[in-house]
Amino acid sequence: MRLRLIPDDTTLQIIPLRRHAMIGSVVAIVASAVLYVAIGLNFGIDFRGGILIEVRIPEVPQVTEVRGAFEGAGLGEVAIQEFGEETDFLVRIERQPGGDEAQQAAVETARSHLAAAFGDVVEYRRVEFVGPTVSQDLLRGGAIAVLLAVVAMLLYIMFRFEMAFAWGAVVALVHDVILTIGVFSITGLEFNVATVAALLLIVGYSMNDTVVVYDRVRENLRKYKKTSLDLVLNRSINETLSRTVNTTVTTIMALGALILLGGPVVQDFSFAMIWGITVGTYSSIFLAAPLLLTFGVRRGAETPGPKAEGERAA
Amino acid sequence: MIHVPRWQIAVAVIAVVFAVVYSAPNFLPSSVSWLPGDPVRLGLDLQGGSHLLLRVDSDVVLEERLESVLDEIRTRYRAAGIGYTDIGVRQLTGGLTLTDPAQGEQAQELAEEADETLEIDVESSGRMTFRLDSAAEKELRISALSQSQEVIRRRIDETGTNEPTIQRQGDDRILVQLPGVDDPERIKRLLGQTAKMNFRMVDETASIPEALAGRVPPGSELLYEDDGSEQGVPIVVRRRVGVSGDNLVGAAPVIDQNNQPVVSLRFDAAGARRFGDLTTENVGRRFAIVLDGRVISAPVIREPIPGGSGQISGNFTFETASDLALLLRAGALPAPLVILEERTVGPSLGRDSIAAGTLAGQVALLLVIIYMVAVYGLFGVAADIALAVNIALLLGILSALGATLTLPGIAGIALTIGMAVDANVLIFERIREETRRGRSPVSAIDTGYRQALRAIIDANVTTLIAALVLFQMGSGPIRGFAVTLAVGVFTTMFCSLIISRLLVLAWLSRTRPQVLKV
Repeated sequence: MRLRLIPDDTTLQIIPLRRHAMIGSVVAIVASAVLYVAIGLNFGIDFRGGILIEVRIPEVPQVTEVRGAFEGAGLGEVAIQEFGEETDFLVRIERQPGGDEAQQAAVETARSHLAAAFGDVVEYRRVEFVGPTVSQDLLRGGAIAVLLAVVAMLLYIMFRFEMAFAWGAVVALVHDVILTIGVFSITGLEFNVATVAALLLIVGYSMNDTVVVYDRVRENLRKYKKTSLDLVLNRSINETLSRTVNTTVTTIMALGALILLGGPVVQDFSFAMIWGITVGTYSSIFLAAPLLLTFGVRRGAETPGPKAEGERAA
Repeated sequence: MIHVPRWQIAVAVIAVVFAVVYSAPNFLPSSVSWLPGDPVRLGLDLQGGSHLLLRVDSDVVLEERLESVLDEIRTRYRAAGIGYTDIGVRQLTGGLTLTDPAQGEQAQELAEEADETLEIDVESSGRMTFRLDSAAEKELRISALSQSQEVIRRRIDETGTNEPTIQRQGDDRILVQLPGVDDPERIKRLLGQTAKMNFRMVDETASIPEALAGRVPPGSELLYEDDGSEQGVPIVVRRRVGVSGDNLVGAAPVIDQNNQPVVSLRFDAAGARRFGDLTTENVGRRFAIVLDGRVISAPVIREPIPGGSGQISGNFTFETASDLALLLRAGALPAPLVILEERTVGPSLGRDSIAAGTLAGQVALLLVIIYMVAVYGLFGVAADIALAVNIALLLGILSALGATLTLPGIAGIALTIGMAVDANVLIFERIREETRRGRSPVSAIDTGYRQALRAIIDANVTTLIAALVLFQMGSGPIRGFAVTLAVGVFTTMFCSLIISRLLVLAWLSRTRPQVLKV
């Protein structure tokens, strides 16, 4: 017996739900924006500058003991967090006032305080510091990269489809990016370079999903020239639904394995991806396709692509 | 029957053989050495190591150049009888005020003669400013950058680090990657000194209290001599350099007759002559060994030293003497370095990351394989075989390209596993649809592969765009991720369109089913 998450020949009425979906999405976007303004993103050291040290201390100290080691160090805010094993701690030290040199000096101070408290047994698993120059570069670079990716997608869809499709796809993309930023604001998960990488992948994935639906819309527009646009859209969504769901399931399986087994370093990245892919799947079904009604697709003017030849050959 | 061109079969066979041979070293113990490939190179975050991003503070070089230009101008003005006050360099601009503004034109001409790369501005008040023109400025900065790179390489090579990478980045940055270095403190200390050394005479006529009060005789400066304390002992030293560290050809730590660690030096021919002259002319006086504006020691010259070798004694341990010798051998940096970013991963975290990443990848693979068979039956098996070839091909290509696998890269592979089956999902769904519409198995399969092609290409191009943008923005680990992703797009397209299709067609021609169960 085969596993069928979506039965054959489904005729879910998705297009009639579009108003609900749009209201829901607008609410979610506004909520994300409010959360972003009210809470803000928990920038990691990549974007804020500062110091991150992961230590392994075999004698299993309490978090408070580790925190105590930094008393009187004059390093400003020091956050200690258990990380993975009970012997492992993540020490985050805020960016030191002063220039790039000050960060370097603070790393040495932190090391000497840890050595004073726990002796030579402290194992440094990771030492990272990012000075103000680089953190600004990274933040700007990350923002540019996300914008660039969205613009590149817009251009690609313009090139492959017509304008209405490009706008529909980009609205869906921006929706996914904003909602992901919203969820990072509310959960307080660290937002770092890896998160931006995840955002770019979400952009790619969401686009991927949208393109598959659009491709079918284009094909059906040619096939059913007399059918009204909303019926064509509904049909296209239903025809591709099984594929959309199966691909989302396999991708989330892979990401689930990463989140559970991939170790603490890739956890936040995997979480961002799972969220983004879920949102991206939703947006390609409930936003990208129905938006074609809003942006208005020209009928009967499609250029005959390779598809026409394909049909002849079959 | 669907015709399969011979070349497709040939390409598929070659690809599978390549994939198996080149990915094998990643799974086999390193003792199996007869295979042509090597395992994929691991990034610093997986094998452990240190990444340092340095900035060359080349403003210092520009200022030094301007100082020497001002010296030249001073000499010329003195000869021409031009008076001036308030001379100095501030914020990359040299300046002076003419006592007689009427001499402006002549002053400008003389300054132009002194250095033709100067941009000179004379105000009617007699205030003159000098800047290096942008071409000269750029040239100085670039040469400071490349000299720094060279000196950094020599210093790091001297420490015996394996396969360091030292790359220029942008206009003023140098990226240093040190695989296997989990405590970069010594290297950071070595890079933190410019190590400009010279030998100058001590100004024994000057009084220390006067100098401390700010009255240093012209041509001399107040420095501090190392005595083990933070501040050191004040000492007045002539500005004129007797012998410069540039003339050194060798330096080594040795133990002297008093059982103290010292650094022994050897000069080149010119340095030896100058050092010989200096010591001959100044027997009985003190000379200072100045390193980065600090006096290491200031011994009395007991006798002329003609042979071109000498010794520096100071407050050394054997380790600090070794480091100083290393710095002197490797040469001085033209400008100070600032560490902008450090990312160091210890070997244990790297090992844990590899173990966790591999486990996650295996579980992801297993889940996806089971799911595909559950959903698509025999077709799922074809997709799974294609997926296995895909992963092997991806690893093989990454190994053969010499690409670096990073932790995000492993996440990228796991993600590729999830997304790789997408192309086959698209195809199989299409075949199912076509079958439901009453097409024969052969026709349904043929149409399925044809019709899905466009969507597959569009979908993969979008992922490729994301990967290219990632590559553009990224450094180190993120770049590794982008490369993995991009290579994954190509291997995925190849495996789902060629490998899985050949498998399905082979099955089709053997069993010739009347009804297709997808």
